[in-house]
Amino acid sequence: MKVITKYRLLMVGLILGVVLTGLVAMSLGPVPIRFPLDSFQSKILFDLRLPRILLALMVGAALAVAGVLFQGLFRNPLADPYILGTSSGAALGATIAVLSGINLQSLGLSARPLFAFGGALLATALVYYLGRMRKRPVLTIMLLAGIAVGAFFSALTSLLLFFRQEEMAKIMFWMMGGFSYARWAEVRIVLPYLGGAFLYSWSLARQLNLLLLGEEKAHQLGLAVEQFQRRIVITASVLVAAAVSVSGAIGFIGMVAPHIVRLLIGPDHRSLLPASALAGGLLLLLADTLARTLLSPVELPVGVLTSFIGGPFFLYLLHKGRSALD
Amino acid sequence: METAEPILTAEGLSFCFGKNQILTDLNLAVPTGVFTGIIGPNGSGKTTLLKCLNKTLAPTRGRITFMGQDLTRIKLRALARLMGVVPQQWETPFAFTVQEVVMMGRFPYLGRWAGERQEDRMVVREAMRATNTWELAERLITELSGGERQRVLIAQALAQTPRLLLLDEPTSHLDVNQTLEICTLLQTLIRTKGLTVLGVFHDLNLAARYCQHLIMIKDGRIYAQGAPEEVLSSPNVTAVFGVETVVGAEPFTGRPYLYFSLNRRQEGAPGGH
Repeated sequence: MKVITKYRLLMVGLILGVVLTGLVAMSLGPVPIRFPLDSFQSKILFDLRLPRILLALMVGAALAVAGVLFQGLFRNPLADPYILGTSSGAALGATIAVLSGINLQSLGLSARPLFAFGGALLATALVYYLGRMRKRPVLTIMLLAGIAVGAFFSALTSLLLFFRQEEMAKIMFWMMGGFSYARWAEVRIVLPYLGGAFLYSWSLARQLNLLLLGEEKAHQLGLAVEQFQRRIVITASVLVAAAVSVSGAIGFIGMVAPHIVRLLIGPDHRSLLPASALAGGLLLLLADTLARTLLSPVELPVGVLTSFIGGPFFLYLLHKGRSALD
Repeated sequence: METAEPILTAEGLSFCFGKNQILTDLNLAVPTGVFTGIIGPNGSGKTTLLKCLNKTLAPTRGRITFMGQDLTRIKLRALARLMGVVPQQWETPFAFTVQEVVMMGRFPYLGRWAGERQEDRMVVREAMRATNTWELAERLITELSGGERQRVLIAQALAQTPRLLLLDEPTSHLDVNQTLEICTLLQTLIRTKGLTVLGVFHDLNLAARYCQHLIMIKDGRIYAQGAPEEVLSSPNVTAVFGVETVVGAEPFTGRPYLYFSLNRRQEGAPGGH
């Protein structure tokens, strides 16, 4: 079958792309790498660059999968955790965790992703219910609700930072989105959330397909729609929270990656989810590699870079698809 | 005519949307194995009734029994194996192929991780052959015309291998040829598969030609139900639709055929909201 062959080709291409880009990213940086490695070089490679590369891949994958879930939930290919305010909610949660100094180490948990999850869930639920006030989700209402909720949560974050100015620079830098603090600890935080949420989403692929046909049609085909949508909101919030808590708010990966994949292999979630995860990882790894080499040794915040590319892309899609999406 | 138990009954069915009473105390029975039509003016509650019957809307009062079971007790997944629904208007911005859309009709039969089985593919192929959508299989649903999309939706509902098919104005986007084809197809399925069909009809003559049983609704209440010859009487149609009517015979089948004329003395058509 045509679609399946395309999917396999794409997956092979993406895996190759990830491996090659990963190798290139390993070799790039202010410290040149020469074989045989001395201990300093191997520390740079395996304690700094490798976890950073893995983290960029994982955060990109998490954002892309969250994007796919939101796009299914809102039945709209323009939905994105950044645009919907979920990232702002997660950022607020994470900021509260950092500023309050709450420590859950005794429970074996890291406070930041948990608080980020709370914030993400709150923001998403708000946008979801605001967007549904008109029975079926309408693009304009969804976008406006996302803007309003995002602005509100960002303002709360700013307010918190205003009272704790000594922490401001550090948190602002983190919130702009970046991997400069990426170590193995961050990889270990994200991996279980990403792995669990991805597998769970994948197991719901068929239901997600039904949802794209509209709530009523999905209901008639035997899907308990509202219950299912709540699960999607929670799963997507977990993914965004994990991503934001280690790397701040990084925009547009969640929209751009699934969009490109959909153009290539269609909207079937059974292949869309894994391919988008890889594509999102690859895109963010590319962006991060650019961000740290363009002005080397100065690093650009990768979130700034993705928004520079993603913003115009979003406007282009909005313009192109306007009539079809209203 | 109807010997078996009715497949679907409603007793004392009422539905309110906010303060608006849309359906009032409906009692109806849909006979098994025949083509039943729901007719009535715009805004009389036909679509709402259909949505109550397929569990999209929960009735405010009353009780619906489907295949001997209380509808509220039937799980959605189990219901989707027994009842297929073809909505009046439907589209999606997501570019699934026609075959993918029809295969989604197998959803209530598939486990979470299970792939499609040979049986599912056979059912889908048969449903697509029956609705003349097989040649559209690889086309994108977003690129189809309204009539083609309607046939794909019917194929999807047939892929559920239901006992009862509910259709909301199934032919509103079709030309006359496609309309007759779809109605004839439904008749064939009733004969060969023992399917029961319940459809909302806008076109009274189409309903008269294909339905063996009619339910006539006015202002959310049942005005008449029974054989088309009785329901589509001149006084009934005048009372419900506000038009003068002469009942003749359709030359190909001998079924009732209605000729309409506006009644000048009676201002405007009653029954609208």
